[in-house]
Amino acid sequence: MTAEKWWVVIVVLGIATFGIKAAGPFLMGERDIPSRLRPAVLLLPTALMTALVTVAMLRPTPSGSLRVDAAQCVGLATAALALLLRLPLIFVLAAAVSATVTFRLIT
Amino acid sequence: MREYRLPQGVVVAAPVLLPTAALGAAFGVLAEPLMGSTAPIVMSCLVFGGSAQFAALGVLTAGGGVTAAALAGALTNMRFLVTGFAVAPCLRGGRVRRALEGQAVVDTSFALAGRGDGTFDRGLLLWSGATQFAAWVSGTVAGVALASRVPDPYAWGLDVVMPAFFLTLLVSELRRHWVPAVTVAMFAAGIAVLATLTLPAGAPVGVAALACLLGLTMNRPRDETP
Repeated sequence: MTAEKWWVVIVVLGIATFGIKAAGPFLMGERDIPSRLRPAVLLLPTALMTALVTVAMLRPTPSGSLRVDAAQCVGLATAALALLLRLPLIFVLAAAVSATVTFRLIT
Repeated sequence: MREYRLPQGVVVAAPVLLPTAALGAAFGVLAEPLMGSTAPIVMSCLVFGGSAQFAALGVLTAGGGVTAAALAGALTNMRFLVTGFAVAPCLRGGRVRRALEGQAVVDTSFALAGRGDGTFDRGLLLWSGATQFAAWVSGTVAGVALASRVPDPYAWGLDVVMPAFFLTLLVSELRRHWVPAVTVAMFAAGIAVLATLTLPAGAPVGVAALACLLGLTMNRPRDETP
């Protein structure tokens, strides 16, 4: 049965993912967010974006220590600079890519 | 003659379509030796979540079992449990229809649909979700078909585009909400680092996203609609 191992994973994960994404909308129905929870929802994109960016800068190691992905950090730092300078999105992305590629080439 | 304009969601999702497709191709390339040609494509259609698919694939490639692989993928997607509640009010119809519309949520579509005041734009969510889906699945097909002949996204720095995109959105959120947002961001970063050290792969993002609950302890952030 090992040949079909990944099919089981695909189906199970597919169902699980459907359920996870469906849970909130299904349980909420046509109700609105309770007003006392609004501040949390307001800041959810902040928390999620921060988490995604932070995780992108790290490379997990099996031994439970942290390795920083230097190329990503350089690219994201460049992007941050471009954002501080209020450059348009396309320049931010181009700067990040250029910095990352250059860093990988010279190291 | 009526002018046809692309849906807004397609337009705003455009910058990340290429990286999404490239990532999908990378997934196809990695998965094909293990699963063959059909399974990766089906997986991209059924699961529609890059990180979850990579997490599950990683476990399987390392020799892990079905439970471990499925768990890794599900843990990675746990963030969508929280986002599901957040976007629910913007969807239309009864429970079942909303449950179906909620499938459009991925990191990117969720990020793009946010209006910055705690509400979400349904059109942006659905259209950018659909566009991301098309790019992701197409990329997977390309990866499976071309295998080793697909250029390495890492060599071209494409792997930094998504995080840079998220950073862009983060900065606009920080500018909008200032102190509460910076506080939440710092906690989210700290939790993400700790979680990467202690929790299984995939869990860090979902757990760190809960840093938003800190918002409940603060004074009402600016821009909150009463």
